[in-house]
Amino acid sequence: MNLLEVKGLGISFGGLKAVDDVSFAVKPGEIVSVIGPNGAGKTTLFNMISGIYLPSRGSVTLKGQDVTGTAPHKLAEMGLSRTFQNLQVFQEMTVLENVLAGYHLRVRGSILADLLSLPSMRRRAATAREGAQALLTRVRLDKAAGQEAGSLSYGALKRLEIARALALNPSILLLDEPAAGCNAVETEEIDHLIAELAASGIAILLVEHDMKLVMRISNHIVVLDHGEKIAEGDPVTVSRNPQVIAAYLGADHAEATHADS
Amino acid sequence: MGSRRKWIQLAVLAALIIVLPFFFPSSYYYRVGALIFVNALAVVGMVILIGYAGQISLGHAGFAGIGAYACALAPEYLGLHPGLALILGAVTSGVLALLIGRPILRLKGYYLGVATLGFGILVSMVLTNERALTGGPDGMSVADPGLRGMLRDLGWRLSVGELWYGVSAIALLIGAWVALNLFDSPTGRAMRALHGSEVAASTVGVDVARQKLRAFVISALYASVSGSLLALQNGFITPDVAGFMHSIEMVTMAVLGGVGSVLGGTLGAAILTTLPQVLTIFAEYEQLVLGAVMILVMIFLPQGLLPSIARRFRGRDE
Ligand SMILES: Nc1ncnc2c1ncn2[C@@H]1O[C@H](COP(=O)(O)OP(=O)(O)OP(=O)(O)O)[C@@H](O)[C@H]1O
Ligand SMILES: [Mg+2]
Repeated sequence: MNLLEVKGLGISFGGLKAVDDVSFAVKPGEIVSVIGPNGAGKTTLFNMISGIYLPSRGSVTLKGQDVTGTAPHKLAEMGLSRTFQNLQVFQEMTVLENVLAGYHLRVRGSILADLLSLPSMRRRAATAREGAQALLTRVRLDKAAGQEAGSLSYGALKRLEIARALALNPSILLLDEPAAGCNAVETEEIDHLIAELAASGIAILLVEHDMKLVMRISNHIVVLDHGEKIAEGDPVTVSRNPQVIAAYLGADHAEATHADS
Repeated sequence: MGSRRKWIQLAVLAALIIVLPFFFPSSYYYRVGALIFVNALAVVGMVILIGYAGQISLGHAGFAGIGAYACALAPEYLGLHPGLALILGAVTSGVLALLIGRPILRLKGYYLGVATLGFGILVSMVLTNERALTGGPDGMSVADPGLRGMLRDLGWRLSVGELWYGVSAIALLIGAWVALNLFDSPTGRAMRALHGSEVAASTVGVDVARQKLRAFVISALYASVSGSLLALQNGFITPDVAGFMHSIEMVTMAVLGGVGSVLGGTLGAAILTTLPQVLTIFAEYEQLVLGAVMILVMIFLPQGLLPSIARRFRGRDE
């Protein structure tokens, strides 16, 4: 069964159709990538799927339920989690607290327990703290746990966002350019992390400009151009599609395949 | 770790409360101290609203007015004990905050400021115009809750000044404890998260509207109890307690001390409460000085006094 289904999704800003009639599906444990040139509508598509933008047309189905226009925090409850291309970190909180915020749904209890620091709250908090520490270790930020998040480097913030998104224990994770601004080593790490997550059954929807990465780890690729889907299929099929090469891959991909061999 | 910091801050506050009276030049200063603590209590509420959740209110004196007049009116018209009247005032403020907060908190930035301003003006107008009930701008007297008599029966002889110094200090300590608990709890973290990024907070499952409303209601409760204590210790109340200047004072005190910090907010309350009491010149030009303080803090110490000082010290350590 499909975990996520997008049908005929579209949105217009003023006269501009930023995304138009896009359909695809994601199965559990699958890595689906959305690629396309700058301004193709990838981030806008993510914003519609995660409930930040209300689509003008079409539908989003999550776990068999129509969730078009559902608020982001409701989608989070249903197991959808995401990161942002333009970092959305809680700057004035510590690195650890950023991940703890990701535990919100799992640790929230009565407001009275929080105001009076009742034992029930402290128990919940302690469990979250352990989990958050483990996640920070996983993205190699355990040493920075007590630092203010605003003081981290760009690459570290990208990893912090992934850790925070994982704190929700999602069944589908939307990653918007997780490797942007990362060096080769960091990119490799993110590559491994994504593969690991998918192997553990989490579905991944990925937007990424690093074609090498995309071609290597994706099960399925959706190509957008000017808001429209111009192709989809497995990496080999997509990379051979003349329309795709014309619109986007071109020189980039030629380089990528060279580097591979 | 977070818990240790909480107890350190509370210990500092408690130590100051106990030590200060030894330096009082006259017993008059017990009254100043009590006023500081009562103001600080409202400011701690503002720290939750502004510093934690990142929302503004220019009308919270309206809730202080409700708390104050509950203590003046309920004993007279309902025969309620003034202590219970404080609770009735808090419940009224909380319910009202819940009702108006829902539509108002959809607004952002200055729109939210203006809407809350409107609420404050409304409350102070009602209190001023309902002469038959409230005595209008001349104010009305507040019944003595009889605490001194009760304590005397228990063998504690306190002056009026000492009594309210103690009661307000305890209220402030409890208020600070609750606010510090909240800071390091899932709810407080959700509020601080939405302050950082509403979009990101909502994608980790935070119901942004709900958490804003919680911060609004909690801060209204602080303001209401602060207003009640003010009425009880003065034995007299005028609509000024709900006035625009009082709302502005609350925000300025919070911003001056450091809007994210409970101790900072208390410091801000202490400075701006003491100055007009000590320097009569300041009292005459209070509005002018408040304005000037606000501008200077925003330019030179946007983080507020205490966090800026703390940062400087930490910088030196390293
Ligand atoms: N809120 C908005 N209001 C108006 N136009 C928007 C808005 N969001 C996106 N757009 C427009 O929609 C188009 C698609 O933008 P989007 O950010 O989705 O592209 P993208 O594929 O993510 O590009 P990039 O690779 O640079 O991240 C752009 O023309 C953009 O200007
Ligand atoms: Mg984008």
